[in-house]
Amino acid sequence: MYTQALDTHGKEPLPAGAGSSAALAQRFQERIDVEEKIEPKSWMPDAYRQTLIRQISQHAHSEIVGMLPEGNWITRAPTLRRKAVLIAKVQDEGGHGMYLYSAAETLGIARAEMIEQLLSGAARYSSIFNYPTLTWADVGAIGWLVDGAAIMNQIPICRCSYGPYARAMVRICKEESFHQRQGFEIMLTLAQGSAAQRAMAQDALQRWWWPSIMMFGPSDADSKHTAQSMRWKIKRFSNDELRQKFIDITVPQAQFLGLTIPDPALRWDEAAQHYLIGPIDWNEFHAVLAGHGPCNHERLEARRAAHEAGRWVREAAAAHAAKERSRQPQAA
Amino acid sequence: MLRLGDTSLVLGQRLGEWVGHAPALEEDLGLANLALDLIGQARLFLTYAGELEGRGRDEDALAFLRDAPEFTNLTLAEQPNGDFGHTVVRQWLIDCWQLEIYEALLASTDARLAAIAAKALKETRYHHRFSSGWLMRLGDGTDESHARVQRSLDSLWRFTSELFAPDDVDERMRAAGIAPALAEPSSRWSSRVDEDLAAATLVRPAAAPYPWHGRRGVHTEHLSHMLSEMQHLQRTYPGARW
Repeated sequence: MYTQALDTHGKEPLPAGAGSSAALAQRFQERIDVEEKIEPKSWMPDAYRQTLIRQISQHAHSEIVGMLPEGNWITRAPTLRRKAVLIAKVQDEGGHGMYLYSAAETLGIARAEMIEQLLSGAARYSSIFNYPTLTWADVGAIGWLVDGAAIMNQIPICRCSYGPYARAMVRICKEESFHQRQGFEIMLTLAQGSAAQRAMAQDALQRWWWPSIMMFGPSDADSKHTAQSMRWKIKRFSNDELRQKFIDITVPQAQFLGLTIPDPALRWDEAAQHYLIGPIDWNEFHAVLAGHGPCNHERLEARRAAHEAGRWVREAAAAHAAKERSRQPQAA
Repeated sequence: MLRLGDTSLVLGQRLGEWVGHAPALEEDLGLANLALDLIGQARLFLTYAGELEGRGRDEDALAFLRDAPEFTNLTLAEQPNGDFGHTVVRQWLIDCWQLEIYEALLASTDARLAAIAAKALKETRYHHRFSSGWLMRLGDGTDESHARVQRSLDSLWRFTSELFAPDDVDERMRAAGIAPALAEPSSRWSSRVDEDLAAATLVRPAAAPYPWHGRRGVHTEHLSHMLSEMQHLQRTYPGARW
């Protein structure tokens, strides 16, 4: 599903072109400037490699952890059609995680190492998945808002300078748009349903609106790595630009649904031709990123429990594969 | 029809519990894929069953508004997931069963039933590759994995007596040419099971299974818990559209 605030963590990238690699670095930047794709065997600055490993692996982790809040409703989906669609969606997310781990592996890190980083808490995933899914409407709100925000963020990554990441995103964006429409359709059905269903939809919007807005990461003023990421064309738009696009598209959708966005300061600015929102609660954002959101504990525990409980299965698979290999010469 | 649909539905529901919690990402995807196929089969069977009944019940009325004694799934399908190996053994026993039943239904005089069976059979072949593959990896893996799946097999075997035990519904269906006589699929199931167990270095349990009758609505204690979770939205908001 999605990644965020990827420029807020980790080390400051080294200035490109230091020492003997100056010529390589210059050539690299020239390739970026003419929109040539960087491929796994291309030379790249170490900071570029590390930034991408961090971003792509966090993106992959987000897909995997993101299976949990929605997976929470698979057994309780209200119709068989909704159940089938939800299973397919969560399955797609697992698939996205797989593409992204593969893309990250082209940069020289193993999936097992990335998963270790996730389970130890060293790597992050999108803050949005630390919020609980309390009603069926939350499944609709996630599709509509969370996938909507994800798409807004991910479409520019389809033109990312690193080829494997850009190509993974093309496939992922197609599926995400589909999920987003399905989420909106759930909200629409609820909004046109009984009073209890409309209340359920409004309550979900209430709880998911601000967390979705926060998916775009810190404001540009606080975003340290944006400039370098933009020079490298890993990033094409700033956090605030993307956030604004999302708000401008989403507010009319909420109006269409007849739902109220939980922001008394929200207004249309005729001069700017944009919707302006009230202040974002950055304290909450930072608390969630630091591990103190509503479900951080549960999400990581669930991942760790699955990993631990599955250990004997992975060991059995490895042992069986080894037996098969040792049998092969005898059979030949 | 209802019986086939209920078994797919209940097993699909169980597999849905796994999503996000499997031993590896590939298995998460595999189990979700199986769940999706089974829910798809359930929808086809239940829709058709509702039409045949002629009382206006659609797939959702049948899935969400019947209580446990009206469910006709195999009791094997409603058994809890347990560990991954337990889930694999349950899946494999049912896959072997569905392979034979769907294969036999291809010759049904009911064309729509034969068509649903043909679609389901393709999916079931894939399911069986997945479950027998894992049965072999776990049975012929480590000492621990071998002991675990043998224990699961010993425990789930007691639900296998109803797989091919015919009752008067089966008899009437057979007489009408809609469903097959069960003796032949039963013996083919038995040989397939022996073949897969041998490859997995596992031993077929000797104990005579207790004759459960899930297909007549007599279930284990697990089913009503599953239904209370599955049906709660439909029960809480009667008549709502979702």
